[in-house]
Amino acid sequence: MTALECFLAPYPVASVPPVLARHLDDDGWQALRSALAVEAWDLTGLWHDGGDVLATLVDPGDGTLALVRHRPNPASGGWGSLGGLRPGAIRLERTVVDRGGPRPADATDRRPWLDHQAQPTLGYPFLPVEGEGLHQVPVGPVHAGIIEPGHFRFHAQGEAVVRLEARLGYVRKGTLEAMVGRAPGDAAVLAGRLSGDTTVAHSIAFARAVEAALGIAVPARAHWLRAVMLEVERLANHFGDCGAIANDAAFALLHMECGRARERIARTAAPLFGHRLMMDRVVPGGVAVDPDDRDIAALSALLPVLAEHLAAYRRTYRGLPSLLDRTLTTGRIAPALARCYAAGGVVGRASGQAIIPGQDARTRPGVPPYDMLPVVPVGRDAGDVDARVQVRLDEIEASLALIAAMIEHMPRGEVRVVLPDTSGEGLGWAEGFRGDCQWWVRLEHGKVAAVFGRDPSWFHWPLLEAAIDGNIIADFPLINKSINGSYSGVDL
Amino acid sequence: MWRLIARNLLTRPVADPAPAPDPAALEALGKRVADSGRQRLGRSLAIRHVDAGSCNACELELHALSNPYHDLERFGLSFVASPRHADVLLVTGPVARNMRDALHATWVAVPEPRWVIAAGACAIDGGCFAGAPEVLGGADAVIPVDLTIPGCPPTPTALLAGLLALLAVER
Repeated sequence: MTALECFLAPYPVASVPPVLARHLDDDGWQALRSALAVEAWDLTGLWHDGGDVLATLVDPGDGTLALVRHRPNPASGGWGSLGGLRPGAIRLERTVVDRGGPRPADATDRRPWLDHQAQPTLGYPFLPVEGEGLHQVPVGPVHAGIIEPGHFRFHAQGEAVVRLEARLGYVRKGTLEAMVGRAPGDAAVLAGRLSGDTTVAHSIAFARAVEAALGIAVPARAHWLRAVMLEVERLANHFGDCGAIANDAAFALLHMECGRARERIARTAAPLFGHRLMMDRVVPGGVAVDPDDRDIAALSALLPVLAEHLAAYRRTYRGLPSLLDRTLTTGRIAPALARCYAAGGVVGRASGQAIIPGQDARTRPGVPPYDMLPVVPVGRDAGDVDARVQVRLDEIEASLALIAAMIEHMPRGEVRVVLPDTSGEGLGWAEGFRGDCQWWVRLEHGKVAAVFGRDPSWFHWPLLEAAIDGNIIADFPLINKSINGSYSGVDL
Repeated sequence: MWRLIARNLLTRPVADPAPAPDPAALEALGKRVADSGRQRLGRSLAIRHVDAGSCNACELELHALSNPYHDLERFGLSFVASPRHADVLLVTGPVARNMRDALHATWVAVPEPRWVIAAGACAIDGGCFAGAPEVLGGADAVIPVDLTIPGCPPTPTALLAGLLALLAVER
């Protein structure tokens, strides 16, 4: 029995794999804060559902998952902040306030985060820097490229960055608020657009939360088709990122090579699943498409072509000292810091986190079809741009093998079930190309009553600010691209 | 590296044939040109993209325009870094409240005569985000729009057909 199990008692939140959950009163929340000071538990999410503050925790020792729920008591001063104990909680707590929730009594950072009406970026109190010869470089929100908007404030001394602080929130749409009151099938359209590039992963995580809440099982073939789409999405984005990293180091040849691979993937997905990016293909209750064997054969035929693109990238990248000079030792995220933020996905695995059980959500037990296939997380310890390239390349190779195995063993049968109009609370996960996407939902009579989607970028953006430390401004695009946080995914 | 270069030199380009200019866009643009008596811009267009609040799927397809299959630049079309270099402002996403001022400032920075394209369902009328609490609507909630390209997201071919209509109508 883990310490988390001792701490928490069962409570009716459904998920696969199961999650420990508990209501915490004032004393219980204080006990959690004391426990977090000594236990290594990771904080993987924190939000407010209109009444309670909820947080998800993971025991990094064995991957045990937990959800805690606490009703802030105004009489006893509200609720205690977790930001001082887990820095990843700071922006999530600021978001609780910006979305209309109560402020932690001892909040670490009291500045608005997503709410630009309360505090425009002009006049926003960026963290101060002291020293001689400092200058500021404000960048954004509109950047010099086809990128999402966000503001970066550099404090530099000559070329070296002394401090970087991001101000995001520009693409805040109120996506979660817009989902409330809708049937799960309608809400899934928005869940799949929390961050459009990782639409399959968010759609799967949301669908799994809904299915857990309603206590329904989806047909086996639906699980397998979802997993094929998830791996295809990973391939497309990893190729895209590897190409864009080379491009930001001014090496266009690899960018174009990856552009070819990515376009071939989109062109295979379009007839196979009915959409180039596979949007709206995963729905609560199953999947919206059931490709026939001939369409799937086109995907099989694509795999060796992509393997050639991968081999060409590796061969070229390895043989170019001028490119390696840009990526090696650049933008280093120390493993200890990645651990501190419980960084998911490629960013975590390139900084020594691949050994943490369940860090790759595909390895969590009971997630078909990954429980029947060999998923071995690949990692590096260097934590630099090169390590993040290498992890992506290794994951492309692994995904190609996984897709081949999935096609070979794909079960037949139904792909979708009808959802009942019942109530419940559920959690769901999926390992997207950035990392684990997590959704929590409470359904009342078949309608969404409260919902929260946590993109892995929440814990990557603060690490970007650490990664730039000691680097020059000119390397920022390269470092930023190697982390590739989603703006839309966190601008709730 | 040399193997890739040799392959690229010895094989034919993978670029698709040019799509026909979007007829619906041609008609709408023709009317706008007649109404406004606007100057022609010539045979090449510099495009400045602004994400006014998109989910970032439109950006993926805009990136795809530059890959070897779509090869945007063979048509004289290119993305530029500054609005001051641009002829066309291409807006994606619904207009998020927090992006209203930045979108307007970018539009003001594009020199006249300028064209505004709303690309994707969200930029046209808010799309699936219409009515979300922090969304003001489509791009035309903040700036005048000349051309719309539908889709969620629009495919690169649809984007290209719309952009080629802009070139065709000006000749």
